[in-house]
Amino acid sequence: MQHKTGLVHLGYIVWDYFYSNIVTLVKVASHTFTKADTVEYPEQMPYLAPRFRGRIVLTRDPTGEERCVACNLCASACPTDCISLQKTEDESGRWSAEYFRINFSRCVFCGLCEEACPTYAIQLTQDFELAEYDRQNLVYEKQHLLIDGPGKHPDYNFYEMCGKAVSGRAKGAGCQEAQPVNIKSLLP
Amino acid sequence: MDPLVNSLLNVVLILLSVVFGAALLTWLERRLLGIWQDRYGPNRVGPFGTLQIVADMIKLLMKQDWVPPFADRLIFIVAPAFAMFVVVAAFAVIPMAPGVGVVDLNIGLLFFLAMTSLGVYAVMFGAYASDNKYAMLGGLRAAAQMVSYEVFMGLSLMGVVMLAGTFNLRELVLAQVDGWFIGPQIIGFFIFFMAGIAESHRTPFDLPEAEHELTAGFHTEYSGMKFAMFFIGEYVSVLMSAAMITVLFFGGWLGPDWLPPIAWFLLKTITLVLLMILIRGSLPRPRYDQLMAFGWKFMLPLSLLNLIITGALILI
Repeated sequence: MQHKTGLVHLGYIVWDYFYSNIVTLVKVASHTFTKADTVEYPEQMPYLAPRFRGRIVLTRDPTGEERCVACNLCASACPTDCISLQKTEDESGRWSAEYFRINFSRCVFCGLCEEACPTYAIQLTQDFELAEYDRQNLVYEKQHLLIDGPGKHPDYNFYEMCGKAVSGRAKGAGCQEAQPVNIKSLLP
Repeated sequence: MDPLVNSLLNVVLILLSVVFGAALLTWLERRLLGIWQDRYGPNRVGPFGTLQIVADMIKLLMKQDWVPPFADRLIFIVAPAFAMFVVVAAFAVIPMAPGVGVVDLNIGLLFFLAMTSLGVYAVMFGAYASDNKYAMLGGLRAAAQMVSYEVFMGLSLMGVVMLAGTFNLRELVLAQVDGWFIGPQIIGFFIFFMAGIAESHRTPFDLPEAEHELTAGFHTEYSGMKFAMFFIGEYVSVLMSAAMITVLFFGGWLGPDWLPPIAWFLLKTITLVLLMILIRGSLPRPRYDQLMAFGWKFMLPLSLLNLIITGALILI
């Protein structure tokens, strides 16, 4: 508005004030009839995206064996250093975790451990209700983390894919795996 | 009934219902603001969350009643009681229905104006005694704001007084039998409504306790029941402004016969309270100097204009 003086200008100002304020009042009052956005959480679950990152679990492969090979990549990827584990090896040559510990009071649920995991063992789930009265109860040991199923990749079996010989299955016996080539032989 | 028993009953019932009503208003306001902001507000404790008041009361009673070591102890303690006292005292003159009302002063309107003017002292005392810079700024603003709105608040009521020819509130209501004063005094109503909001320190005139810039303004240092007294005092003064507007401009208890007079009075008051809450939920707070300019340069001339027009109409 141009700078003017006198009654006309005053009239403009008054009109501006009152008109905008009354529009505001009416608009706010009209919200009496709109639906609330609130999700009443304990009774009503909020929508969780398919890739929601919640409580961390350790999965098993389709044969029921632990997928985790204790490679330590998750622990080194973890920005808060909340994962700690120790490798052990059984008589068949398979690697596994002797202990596997996640401190959920430090975990930030970034999902980098899941990205780092070469065997799809460590996965983040939809569960976010982790509250505890005692802080120590947030430290989850391996038996708390292990689940019975395969999680997000139901058909994946690391030892079938990796080409490593373990007892009971020699080199070349895995799926999509050719027999090892005899490099001393001249035959094609 | 014995007149003494009757008046005692009146006093106790009105006092209780005013204080309880103000407490209920804290819940109602939160619910309504919630609804207008697409939320629910407190809806957990009891039916529709009404027992939230009880929960709040328990919480405030259990809180440490802390007086800062640097505060002026006596004034610090007196201020919230004073804030509560003046608004409840102002309620004494409001006639709610035939036979319902504490006193029937022939200068009821002046008593009301005097009591509401005293209300600012509670704020200033609290602010001064707190010895806190935010409280001090809040008290300063309260004083300046009071000076600017008290003038046109009184002037806006003069039109009503001229029409009715009395300061007695009960007679003021009875003078509206032929038509409510909202018609001839629409400007006066508008000005008094604004002043009423300013009087109870509510948005858009909540400069003394502007949360964003002054934490809590004059009651920054208060906690527990002392804070609650200020808080309830604010809601009592909301009720009081609404009741006063009902009496002065909407014919008090007058209304068709199919509802008892007290119901008409309550209905009108509650509608006005809802309007005040709606205004709180919608309008932003003006800047400090804007409020002063608005009061002195716009509202005061407007109320004088209203006075002149009313006088002219009476003479014609």
